[in-house]
Amino acid sequence: MARKSLGNIRRSFAPWADPAATPLVRFDGVTKRFGDITAVSDLSLTLYPGEFHALLGPSGCGKTTLMRMLAGFEPLDSGRILLDGQDLAGIPPHLRPTNMMFQSYALFPHMSVFDNIAFGLRQQGLPREAIAARVAEMLALVKLEGFAGRRPDQLSGGQKQRVALARALARRPKVLLLDEPLGALDRKLREETQYELMDLQAELGLTFLMVTHDQDEAMAMADRISVMERGRIAQVGAPEEIYEMPANRYVAEFVGDINVFEGVVASVDGEIVRLDSAAGLLILDDPAPGLAPGQKASLALRPEKIDILTAEPDGPGNKAAGEIWDIGYLGDFTMVQVKLDGEAGQLVKVALPNRSRKTETPIAWDDRVWLSWDVEAGILLRG
Amino acid sequence: MATGTPLPGRGWPAPRWLVVALPYAWLLAFFLLPFLIVLRIALSDTARALPPYAPHWTGWGEAWNFLQALDLESFATLLGDSLYLDAYLSSLRIAATATLIALLIAFPLAYAMASAPRRWQPALLILVILPFWTSFLIRVYAWMAILRPEGVLDALLRSLGLIDQPLALMNTETAVLIGMVYSYLPFMVLPIYTSLEKLDRSLLEAAADLGATPFRRFVSIVIPLARPGIYAGCFLVFVPAIGEFVIPDLLGGPETLMIGKVLWTEFFSNRDWPLASAVAILLLLILAVPLLAYQRFARKEAA
Repeated sequence: MARKSLGNIRRSFAPWADPAATPLVRFDGVTKRFGDITAVSDLSLTLYPGEFHALLGPSGCGKTTLMRMLAGFEPLDSGRILLDGQDLAGIPPHLRPTNMMFQSYALFPHMSVFDNIAFGLRQQGLPREAIAARVAEMLALVKLEGFAGRRPDQLSGGQKQRVALARALARRPKVLLLDEPLGALDRKLREETQYELMDLQAELGLTFLMVTHDQDEAMAMADRISVMERGRIAQVGAPEEIYEMPANRYVAEFVGDINVFEGVVASVDGEIVRLDSAAGLLILDDPAPGLAPGQKASLALRPEKIDILTAEPDGPGNKAAGEIWDIGYLGDFTMVQVKLDGEAGQLVKVALPNRSRKTETPIAWDDRVWLSWDVEAGILLRG
Repeated sequence: MATGTPLPGRGWPAPRWLVVALPYAWLLAFFLLPFLIVLRIALSDTARALPPYAPHWTGWGEAWNFLQALDLESFATLLGDSLYLDAYLSSLRIAATATLIALLIAFPLAYAMASAPRRWQPALLILVILPFWTSFLIRVYAWMAILRPEGVLDALLRSLGLIDQPLALMNTETAVLIGMVYSYLPFMVLPIYTSLEKLDRSLLEAAADLGATPFRRFVSIVIPLARPGIYAGCFLVFVPAIGEFVIPDLLGGPETLMIGKVLWTEFFSNRDWPLASAVAILLLLILAVPLLAYQRFARKEAA
């Protein structure tokens, strides 16, 4: 339900595509080094008001450093960060209009839930009644009414997470920074909280910047994702762009499962490219300007876009023969590994959705099968 | 054992009460019993004899006579003569002042240690503990050399042109305070360091992120979370300082009145054992107050 409504919002929300839109945050050629290690390298990124942006990458890719630079915890070695057009250089964390939800939550252990949430408001010097009203509003927002008097050590993990969120939201920050916000929750709670966070963000119209190493989390929640690799952004885009149109092999392999067939371009005919690979001559329909025969290229193919057939298919699509190597039943789908014929004997992952409870899988270990996929299913990657 | 024979005692484990009884027996033998002896002496009369007090315990048959002979004269003297009250109050004041100064010096020190790079911290800890490797008495004598007129401190300040008259610190209350703060500083630094070292840095970042200035972060986060260490440190300095004898004896002057010195004088100069014992018992009662306050606090923290 929530997902659906947000889906609609998301489709109509794309300020990054609008050249007239005013950005809220601009990272401009930002670099940060720790000793010999360059954590963030000449990185530029723009966030728009109301956007839910995720920084996605493996640990050590610089995503947390980038966020901490916006919060003011790490000084920049070069470049600048603009918020609402104002350069943040030299502004200490306590004067920045951003708030952060820490991965460890960092709740003050010697204060009640009320005092934790009120802490930021007291620093603003708000009158007592205004603080009480805002704390009550925040507690209602995160559904923790009645918990105001508790201490952090009397809360469950999920409740702590909500208090941390309420505390960070209480000051109505221009940008809310979320450092692995769901990382410490168990799977069930994580999914619930995920949708609640999205609802909250849509409801408040706030700008969220989230750091995560979990691609499912980033895909489900964010309007746009920045996939990071060793201090740089490998690709920025909406989740479906990142998944279906990865800019390079790193992004393709980091986000979701993928099969990569390496080869050499045999012919280019408009948008139709033929690739000579160990799996045979592969055809794909993916615009590739400037690609010429003889160049190295790869075809990347998501497991769910492949069919398994017991007889050789006819038709214009791609096909490859092999035998069933492994079958992994995962409940919602079954992941089948097929070993292709030929010397290379590449293993190809195929995801078969389990749409019915009682159909028997028509395949078994060691069966001879044919793989088939559409010319539009594959992604052309250079190199 | 290689032979596989069971260890002796296995199969009939020592009763649990035996384990619990051991520390109690220890306390009974080495704390409660001596205390009762001191209490008995305090309730006796001075006597020109050996031991220099009466009545004596001679057997159960005389229990009633013994009890009748006990008297509160020593305690009456304590309360009647203003010397003793002054000595108690002055000890409290000096110990409290020394504790406060030690806290003011130790906190920044402990904070700097806890903020230092991890690999330096063991070395810094050793530096704090290092003075313990030298005799306490020798260190106090060293302060005599520093503080005496024309001593090390005077010479240093004079060569810097900061003073032209000797400071005359020796044999003053200031000298006693310097000696106490110096001697007991590690007892203040160590517990505060321990509590600051455990402090989660992300709490300070969170406070900064929520708009707290460095001063507010210190007052609202650092101090409350260091409180167990602060209390423990104050306790560890205040309690020994109040009964301190060596430092006021060596560094203090005739006007430095401390209860430890009075006690020593009564025992060894006046040979008034009952009065000295009464002084010791009152001192113990005074020390029990901060002890109980600390325990109460510790229990509240744990809850």
